[in-house]
Amino acid sequence: MKHLLSAADLDREGALALLDVAEQMAATQAREIKKLPTLRGRTVVNLFFEDSTRTRISFEAAAKRLSADVITFSAKGSSVSKGESLKDTALTLQAMGADAVVLRHSASGAAHRLAHAGWSRVGVLNAGDGTHEHPTQALLDAFTLRRRLRERSGGDLGGALDGARVAVVGDVLHSRVARSNVLLLRTLGADVTLVAPPTLLPVGVETWPCRTSWDLDAVLPEVDAVMVLRVQRERMGGGGFFPSAQEYARRFGLDGRRLRLLPEHALVMHPGPMNRGLEISAEAADSPRSTIVEQVSNGVAVRMAALYLLLAGEDAA
Amino acid sequence: MSADQTPARTTATGEDAPALLVRRAALLGGEATDLLLEGGRVARTAPGGSLEAPAGARVVEAEGLVALPGLVDLHTHLREPGREDAETVLTGSRAAAMGGFTAVHAMANTDPVADTAGVVEQVWRLGREIGLVDVRPVGAVTVGLAGERLAELGAMATSAARVRVFSDDGRCVADPVLMRRALEYVRSVDGVVAQHAQDPRLTEGAQMHEGVVSSVLGLRGWPAVAEEAVIARDVLLADHVGSRLHVCHVSTAGSVEIIRWAKARGVDVTAEVTPHHLLLTDELVRGYDPVYKVNPPLRTRADVEALRAAVADGTVDVVATDHAPHPVEDKDCEWAAAAMGMTGLETALSVVQEALVETGLLGWADVARVLSSAPARIGRVADHGRPLAEGEPAHLVLLDPSARREVVPEQHATQGRNSPFRGLELPGRVVATVLRGRPVVLDGALVGDDGGSR
Repeated sequence: MKHLLSAADLDREGALALLDVAEQMAATQAREIKKLPTLRGRTVVNLFFEDSTRTRISFEAAAKRLSADVITFSAKGSSVSKGESLKDTALTLQAMGADAVVLRHSASGAAHRLAHAGWSRVGVLNAGDGTHEHPTQALLDAFTLRRRLRERSGGDLGGALDGARVAVVGDVLHSRVARSNVLLLRTLGADVTLVAPPTLLPVGVETWPCRTSWDLDAVLPEVDAVMVLRVQRERMGGGGFFPSAQEYARRFGLDGRRLRLLPEHALVMHPGPMNRGLEISAEAADSPRSTIVEQVSNGVAVRMAALYLLLAGEDAA
Repeated sequence: MSADQTPARTTATGEDAPALLVRRAALLGGEATDLLLEGGRVARTAPGGSLEAPAGARVVEAEGLVALPGLVDLHTHLREPGREDAETVLTGSRAAAMGGFTAVHAMANTDPVADTAGVVEQVWRLGREIGLVDVRPVGAVTVGLAGERLAELGAMATSAARVRVFSDDGRCVADPVLMRRALEYVRSVDGVVAQHAQDPRLTEGAQMHEGVVSSVLGLRGWPAVAEEAVIARDVLLADHVGSRLHVCHVSTAGSVEIIRWAKARGVDVTAEVTPHHLLLTDELVRGYDPVYKVNPPLRTRADVEALRAAVADGTVDVVATDHAPHPVEDKDCEWAAAAMGMTGLETALSVVQEALVETGLLGWADVARVLSSAPARIGRVADHGRPLAEGEPAHLVLLDPSARREVVPEQHATQGRNSPFRGLELPGRVVATVLRGRPVVLDGALVGDDGGSR
């Protein structure tokens, strides 16, 4: 794996291999000494042009537990008003001997440009680019789903998510998490239904490998998991995507009543950070079926696997 | 000062141009014909091989070459004054000549904006001194392109530059009252409003065509309706006030339908399409390379097909380049930060050959119409776009339709390296461009290379 820019970069075999490596990584994280020598001497640069404490910390922990040297560069504010910063930063990183770059950027396609514009030869891991994709989030969601559903089926679900039914609810239009999840979950055999007001589904969504619905109540009884997306408050009012927070919560929020519409085994997922009371109520977020905290810890294992396959994969394979 | 009072420069009239005999050129792709050019005019035409060169005349052997009247671009960005780092009148003139153009309309979105007689005269004079191509400045419709009040259209029309095309290109004249007034007002100077049709509210932050590809790429969409709604409004306005309207860079199948309807209804509307919208689609954006970032954006294959058919049936009158050079750094960045626009002067004829001639949609006489006579008529450029016949102005281009060449932007005369056709192999090559009887391009190269001294 030279780069990880989109969930579409992974075929079924590659995605399963990554999830299996993540399982091994997770197993090592249960030990008292969590650190592995795997990436000793390699340098991973976390390049964050956009604030994201959770993702940054998760990647930092992942790289450090593989013994890589980690340089974190937060360039908030110097982002897209002038594009030179991305190119010049790329040249600088190349000169400093970076082996991999983890890039978070507000511009869709920024990771793709960093990987393919000819600015550098460093491996690039997309940690979220604009409203495009966030592949490691999708991987950690798939990892979490796979674990939980496998437990339920007595460990015999096979390696993938064939037949699992997943609803993704909320601001699909602006969500990189939704784009990556639709692609990856489909690759792994799951059936995805996007649920959102029509204003928050992109024109063209009808060509995506999933179903769409405007009726959350109708979808919930049919799913194995519901993935709730964060809704940014600036999307209403001036943004005009929906009339008010109250109306959004009434029609698309996962509250206690809707929680009880779910099948007994179904999971509640959220990539965080949550707007409690808007897209998800406290009752739903804190319920036993919520995997929200588990997703965070799984994130480290999945990112360890991604870094490992990016930097050591060739030798290991 | 009017043009008539300007001290006559020899280069401006061509009267002293030495005689030039073009031998055995396929006139509009037809019969091999000899053309004797003298005094800036076509002195004689005769069957191929029948004319003797007068004493001292230069001879251009044109067997196998197609002769067309010099091309006229209705939509060029020369960037000067203000963005000389992107292009100048000199480098843009060179590019135009190399592309077979003998007249170009220089868009008004310079810095300062071409919204006064002073600025349009400055651009016109620069073009005249350089003398490679006739530069026809376009005047801004509104002061500073701000869309608030009319610029002094009359002053620009009566200036030495004799402006006839008015456009806020780059921005839409979105206010319907202002658009109505502009359409009405230009009637008194035989002018035309060239509208950049783009509803500003529907395209805030827009990055690419809104559709299947934008949904996957997470780039904010520029919906076709934002163009079509403005065109629909404008043809109705033009009809209501009895004015002439020109629609810049039509890019969607829906726009074509509206214009076809308006023409059938008798509205005095004309329209242009760019070479890139005739060849390229939004699928190219998948690699996020900003060389494909342009406004209006690249659309779908269905739109490309509709635009080709529209040129073929005359619904779209003109192919115009929207040549928009940018410095390298404005494209060598992430998509959202990149400038919009593509170069086009030096590839236009090849793209037209590829998209329209080799597909059987147009013959060379039609190419002369869409790239020369129609744009000259719309822009009221009296001595361009004329037939290659005795007594007519001697502006012509000779092209080799059998040549094929790979597009290498580094070899272009424009300062811009942002050609979306980089690496494509396209048919056709401009061998010679003749302005007022004088060759400015010969053997595919600029004559002399000092640009300013001829």
